[in-house]
Amino acid sequence: MSDTPSATAELKLPKDLAAEKGLVNVQIDGVWHQFPKGTRMIEACRQAQVTVPHYCYHPKLSSPGNCRMCLVQMGMPPRPAPGQEPQRDENGYEIIGWMPRPVIACANTIGENMGIRTTGDLVTKCREGVMEFLLINHPLDCPICDQAGECRLQEQSVQFGRGVSRFIDMKVKKPKNVDIGPRIRLDDERCIMCSRCIRFMDEVAGDPVLGFTQRGTHTTLTVHPDRLLDSNYSLNTADICPVGALTSNDFRFQMRVWFLKETPTIDVNCGTGTNINVWTRGNKIHRITPRLNDEVNSAWMPDSHRLNFHYIDSASRLTEPLAKTAANHSATTWSAALAEAASRIKAVPAAQVAIIASGRMTNEELFLARTLAAEIGTTQLSLVPRTAEADALLVAADRNPNTTGAKLVLETEDPYAKLDSIREGVRNGSIKTLIVLGEDLITDAGFTADDLQKLDFLVQSSVLANPTADQAHLVLPSAAFAEKRGSMVNLSGRLQRLNRVVELTGQAHDDWEILRDLILALTGEKNEVHHIEDIFKAIAESIPAFNGLTLSKIGHQGTQIAETGYQIPLLANERARKAAGLING
Amino acid sequence: MAVVKLQRPKLNFGEKIYFGALIKGFFLTMTHAVKSLLGKSAGAESLASSGLGVTMQFPEQRWDDHLPEYYRGAPALVTDEQGRERCVSCQLCEFICPPKAIKITPMEIPSDDPWAKVEKRPLEFDIDMTRCIYCGMCEEVCPEQAIYLRKDYLFAGFSRAEMVHDKKRLYEIGGVRVGLVNKWNELK
Amino acid sequence: MDLLQIAIIITKIIVLTFLVVLPLVPVCVYFERRFSAVIQDRVGPNRVGIPLTLLGFKKDFHFFGLIQPIADGLKLFLKEDFTPAHVRKVFYWMAPVLTVVPALITVCVVPFGSPISLFGHCEKLVIADLDIGPLFVFSVASLSIYGITLAGWSSNSKFPFIGGVRSTAQMISYEIALGLSIIPVLMYFGELNLSNIVQQQADHGWLLLPLWGHDADHTLTSKLLFWFPAAIAFLIFTISIFAETNRMPFDLPECETELVGGYHTEYSSMKFAMFFMGEYAAMVIGSAMIITLFLGGWSIGFGLDAYVAKLHIGDFYFGGFIHMGCFLTKLIGFILFFILVRWTVPRFRYDQLMKLGWVVFFEAALINVFLAALIVAAPELKTAIIGIGAVLLVVLTAAVIWVAKVSEETPKVLRA
Repeated sequence: MSDTPSATAELKLPKDLAAEKGLVNVQIDGVWHQFPKGTRMIEACRQAQVTVPHYCYHPKLSSPGNCRMCLVQMGMPPRPAPGQEPQRDENGYEIIGWMPRPVIACANTIGENMGIRTTGDLVTKCREGVMEFLLINHPLDCPICDQAGECRLQEQSVQFGRGVSRFIDMKVKKPKNVDIGPRIRLDDERCIMCSRCIRFMDEVAGDPVLGFTQRGTHTTLTVHPDRLLDSNYSLNTADICPVGALTSNDFRFQMRVWFLKETPTIDVNCGTGTNINVWTRGNKIHRITPRLNDEVNSAWMPDSHRLNFHYIDSASRLTEPLAKTAANHSATTWSAALAEAASRIKAVPAAQVAIIASGRMTNEELFLARTLAAEIGTTQLSLVPRTAEADALLVAADRNPNTTGAKLVLETEDPYAKLDSIREGVRNGSIKTLIVLGEDLITDAGFTADDLQKLDFLVQSSVLANPTADQAHLVLPSAAFAEKRGSMVNLSGRLQRLNRVVELTGQAHDDWEILRDLILALTGEKNEVHHIEDIFKAIAESIPAFNGLTLSKIGHQGTQIAETGYQIPLLANERARKAAGLING
Repeated sequence: MAVVKLQRPKLNFGEKIYFGALIKGFFLTMTHAVKSLLGKSAGAESLASSGLGVTMQFPEQRWDDHLPEYYRGAPALVTDEQGRERCVSCQLCEFICPPKAIKITPMEIPSDDPWAKVEKRPLEFDIDMTRCIYCGMCEEVCPEQAIYLRKDYLFAGFSRAEMVHDKKRLYEIGGVRVGLVNKWNELK
Repeated sequence: MDLLQIAIIITKIIVLTFLVVLPLVPVCVYFERRFSAVIQDRVGPNRVGIPLTLLGFKKDFHFFGLIQPIADGLKLFLKEDFTPAHVRKVFYWMAPVLTVVPALITVCVVPFGSPISLFGHCEKLVIADLDIGPLFVFSVASLSIYGITLAGWSSNSKFPFIGGVRSTAQMISYEIALGLSIIPVLMYFGELNLSNIVQQQADHGWLLLPLWGHDADHTLTSKLLFWFPAAIAFLIFTISIFAETNRMPFDLPECETELVGGYHTEYSSMKFAMFFMGEYAAMVIGSAMIITLFLGGWSIGFGLDAYVAKLHIGDFYFGGFIHMGCFLTKLIGFILFFILVRWTVPRFRYDQLMKLGWVVFFEAALINVFLAALIVAAPELKTAIIGIGAVLLVVLTAAVIWVAKVSEETPKVLRA
């Protein structure tokens, strides 16, 4: 290193230094940054933590640049006259010549030695003007609008608007409360024509049913004639709508968003393991929205999964342990129920006992189920397969969220393999005692009520009342997905964490606690498992794929622990578009 | 903080033996006692005294006529000239209410209702008067001029349930309020 | 002692203690509340009565709220009697009793009226006509300190403990001034029997109002001369009684701004009510002592007593009852004075209280004893000796004032 620093600087200009790394220099609000070539200006500003307000831009969608909210001032070095060296400042950057007109940050890419100003008179005036135009025909019905509280229009008119209306003419009237689909309601007056929903349905959902009609101030968002916005991804349009034009029928007028608390967890309706936020007030779930995870679900989720939470506080929820006395079930206590279960299980030879667990159980619960089987001494442990048609986006054919986890934790290639033999055993009487964990055998596993009546003892843990529970001698109320902590592994081998969103209903117990207490009742040992972390620790010690992990190390975005070769179709789609430069995120 | 040193006042002998002040004190308290018994206490008249001290004796005598315009009594919901319930259940009052006395369950207005264009109104609107602190924040925050603090102040009940004003009761107390901004009346 | 005598004594105990003094306690409370109300331009309790409107009448029967004390008592009686887990139970339960009982025992030496006679049997209106009246009162009354001290200590809690300690120190300090201040009175009467003291005052004028009944032994001059030490004694005695009964301005054991509730912080329901009762009973007895010693007791005064004593219907001489009425009137008047003081004078600081007791009252009472002795003995002494005595007294007084002054000069304190 004989070169002095100044000598190096003379030799290498900033542009050359950046070019070595494949980056370009951009000055944002007076500070120089380096970004990869081809980045959009708005994305560069976001990475530099400079806010550029916008409506139509969405990192996962193309950029038509039609809201004009992201106007910034741009500058490039003036082209030097032939033979003339460009002017440089003391750090080697070329002097920027600022353009008198603003440009939109969402549709322009950065270039070497570019300057971006997101403040200043020009930008402030532009934003004020754009806000004023957007609000001209807006009905200002925030008190009844569901978007209030998470509305971009509200937020940005407070931050960048002028505060007072100068508009004295009649506002343009457009259709309100339009029924455009089974799950979505459209209010055209609130629409600011950002076209996010149109692009989403076209580019992501692949069902382009939305579009604009009319021109100018009369531009109206509408659904294609004779078509409905009935795609299984339609509710995502309500998520990305920056205003209250598209609202969810399910959540409409239920609760104001400022009362809601969001808890990150994952969806359990299929093997994809969509990342979600669950919005609650008190102990009631009000809605579920997708959570950004570029390795799982991008920013989207299917409607069928999103709306599948109302059962959690439904009337058919089991709230206390039930024991069968004569024909009916009657409430009992946990201690009595567990003692009864333990004595009935011990009463028969281990070979006559079978366990049917569920692919909806977390790794921790499956691990305890395996421990329970080992404690009883039976090898008859199976899960119930659950498959349905896959779509080309996020919904997987395997509707059990933790099949991969079951393979890992139970250390078997096919966790569903023994179901047939167990069913056969029940039918021919070689299995007398059946422990069912969170599954409805009659509806999902091909059992009949007659089969189950042949059993000496049937214990079931379940969230909801079901036909199998009718036959069970003991029914133990357990936790729904939003009520438990734990981990699951999705089809692509990503370990993800469930978080407890709401407290358990009634006397229901967490599934892992039920299993632990049952094992303790069988062994009579002293309890040494107090937290779910203790179980995860045991898994991490005994299963190689989990080595070195803890529940908290999983993180909100999950951790890849296995390679299964499964590709989520939506991600393949998105990566292709990104590679083609159509989208940014 | 600046430290200010104060000198105790120098007392002369008369002040030191304390008797002068004592007798002055007796004189003062006795004057008050006598005046109060005669109903001639200072301010007795302007405070509508009952003739003993300056106190108004409540159930028999009431201040109702003297209540100032800005008096903050029970919060209540109002309807407008057309009989429309003004509340659209935006739940801002529920949010702002410092003691969390307000509980609202919103509903969508059915499409056959004459006011269907308003879209939303409260299904239930409960104000727990055992919690209400009469601060008036609900009135202040209401974007629809639907909730007002009235001059009613006499609320008593034998159970907590009785002290919860439901929607019906709130409209009873509130009544009709005319001359408010009526943004929903424009033609659509 | 025959049965009749025992019956009479028991009757007197029941009537005088439980039907006269004890009912005075709620009356005191009532006066306290109503009087403080009018002083502060308020109304005070005026509602409790018979709710006739409930029965269909037009107006309720309020009777100026006089039934309020009964409602108060009923409320306290019905409240939960809570004993905290951390207290020392036996002493905690004993303490309220120890404050009430001594106050009520002292009633037995107070003469309520002149003797009444029926069927030729003369009976004094005093439960126990002891020849050591004031001494008995002091000795028994000082027992009530134990109640307060025990309450403070057994509550096992900071504030009650401080209250208890304060109260002990305060009562012991003021008992000295109390005892010394009445020595001139006893010297003057030459008597420790309270009935006789009152009788003397009825015959020859009250100690503070010696305007009638002059004779050779009780000349107007000598009575007027003795008026000065009597007035000083009266002042010291009265103020000390305030301190003894923990009344404003000396209610430091229970000053709520510093000590929450003082020694009775941990008490509730009837146990608390007993402290309350004890305090007011002590106030009644204190007033009774002041009236008996200085203001003629049951005497009506102005030479009317002899006439009243002779009133009779047949064999029944009922003048005693009139005297008793007079005594109670004076008593209530003095209680009103107690209340007026409470709502007029602000509370003393504890150091001021102690200084007043030890530096001012103790010395003043001591000098007053010599002064009274000089005046009482003067008629039998030579002029020269009187002169020397007077000079010595002046010198002594000057010396005491000088010492007090010197001790007041605050030593230089080093401050950071």
